[in-house]
Amino acid sequence: MNTEQDLRALVISVVCQIAPDVDPAAIDPDAALAEQLDIDSMDFLNIVVEINTRTGIEIPERDYPKLSTLNDAVSYLSRAQALLAGTGT
Amino acid sequence: MSDFVMPSLGADMEAGTVLEWYVKPGDTVKRGNIVALVDTSKAEIEVEIFEGGVIDELLVPVGERVPVGTVLATLRPMPAEVAVPVPPGRPAPPTPAPPAPAIALASPPAPPPAPVPLAAAPAGTNHRPRVSPLARRAAAQLGVVLSEVSGSGPNGAITKADVERARSAGPPVLPVERPAAPAPAREPGDRQAAMREAIAALMARSKREIPHYYLQLEIDIGPAIDWLHDANLQRPVNDRLLPSVLLLSAVARAAAEMPEMNGFWIDGAFRPGDGVHLGVAISLRGGGLIAPALHDTDKKSLDEIMAGVRDLVQRARAGRLRSSEMSDPTLTVTNLGERGVDLVHGVIYPPQVALVGFGAVRDRPWAADGMLGVRPIVVATLAADHRASDGHAGGRFLTLIERQLQRPENL
Repeated sequence: MNTEQDLRALVISVVCQIAPDVDPAAIDPDAALAEQLDIDSMDFLNIVVEINTRTGIEIPERDYPKLSTLNDAVSYLSRAQALLAGTGT
Repeated sequence: MSDFVMPSLGADMEAGTVLEWYVKPGDTVKRGNIVALVDTSKAEIEVEIFEGGVIDELLVPVGERVPVGTVLATLRPMPAEVAVPVPPGRPAPPTPAPPAPAIALASPPAPPPAPVPLAAAPAGTNHRPRVSPLARRAAAQLGVVLSEVSGSGPNGAITKADVERARSAGPPVLPVERPAAPAPAREPGDRQAAMREAIAALMARSKREIPHYYLQLEIDIGPAIDWLHDANLQRPVNDRLLPSVLLLSAVARAAAEMPEMNGFWIDGAFRPGDGVHLGVAISLRGGGLIAPALHDTDKKSLDEIMAGVRDLVQRARAGRLRSSEMSDPTLTVTNLGERGVDLVHGVIYPPQVALVGFGAVRDRPWAADGMLGVRPIVVATLAADHRASDGHAGGRFLTLIERQLQRPENL
C-alpha cells in the first residue's frame, strides 16, 4: 500500500515524465494541472495510462475531473487504492 | 545514377542541416527508408529516400547547412536481379508530378514515399542506431560518424560516453572529404527563435497571397460524445479514444467527398491531394507549432487515428518526425478547444487551400424539433482559399462534417 507521500511522489514523477520541462518544485498542489502545466487531453490521457501501469488503478473517464489538481489526484488515488485493497482480499 | 536532394519539409523551409547520416556509400536502400536526420529550423526530421538503389556517395557532410534542392547524395540503380518491393498501402506517385510550390523549388509535395516502419528496414542495410540528443550533439562537435559507434546504453543506444570513446579511439572517419562544420546543434532559445521566424514567414505568405474566406457552424456534438463515453467504458485505459479523434475522422471523411478542399494551390491552379492526409496541428511545449500529416486519415479506423495522433504528438515533441509527414499534409485541422476558446479563425498553411478549426465543447441552450434543451455544442470553422473554392462549397463541407458527427458509429 502506498502512503500519501508515495502517491504524491508518483503523480509528480508521472507528470514530469509526460511534461519533461516541468519543475516539480514549482507545481502548485491546489491549482489545476492542465492550466498551470499546459497539459492537453492527450497528455492527461497519457498520465492516466501511466498511473494505471504503475499502480493498477483504473481511472474511469467520468472521474477525470476528480484529478484536476495535484492534491485532488493524491486523495483520489489514495481512496481508489483503499477500495482496491478492500475488494481484493 | 540519380540524386537525392535536400527535400522541402514544409513550405516554410528554405534550408536544412544534415545532423546525421544513417547510410554510407555502398548501402542498399529501399524507397521509404530513413536515410538521414535533418534539422530544419523547426524540428529534427527523419528523411526518407524517394527511390531505391545503392548509395554511391554522400556529398554533404554532417553539420553543413544547405538550401532545399542541394544534392545530398548520389544513388546507383539497384542491380537488375534485385527486385524493388513496392510497399503496400500507398500507391506509387502520380506521373507527371505536379511542380513544387514557389518556395519549395526542388521537392514536390505530392509524391510522398511510402512510410516504411522502422522495424521493417533490413538489418545491416539501413542501420539506425538509437542515439541520445546529447550524444548526437557530441558526435557533431567531434566529427564522429554515429553509424560506426557501438552503443552501450539501453537497447544498444549510443551515449555521449560512447561517442567520446569512439573519438579517442581514432581520428574521425568522415564519409566526405570536407571537414565537419561547427556543431549544428541549436540551443533551445535558438530553436524557438528559428521556429518563430519560420512560422512568421509562412503565415505572412499565407495572409499576403491567400484570399481567405471564413465560415462557421455550431454543431451538436452530443451524439458523438455519448457514443464516445459508451465506447470508452468498454475499453481499458490504454485503448480510450479522445473526442478530437472523432473530429479528425469526420473532417477526413467529409474531405474525401469534397476534393476541392483537400489539396494545393500551385502555380495558379488547384491540384487535388493524392489522398486525404490531414495535417494535425500540434502545439509544442514551450511554444511553437507543427502540423505533420496523418496519412490516409479517411481510410483509418478511430483506433488507428488515435494511435496515429498519439504517435505524431509524441514524435513531434521529441523531434522525431519523418520527411513524408512534413511535406504532404493536404488539409490542416486545428483544435483550440483545449485552451477554452469558442472558435478559431485559422490561417491556411500554403500551399494548402483550407483549414478546419474546432473550439471548446460547451453546454448551450439548443432548439431542436421545436424543443429547447441543453446540448454540448462545438463551433467548427473553415478558413478556405477563395481562389480554389467558393463559400457555397465551403458551407457544404462544414455541413458534411456535421453530418459525419451525427453518425459516430460510422466514423
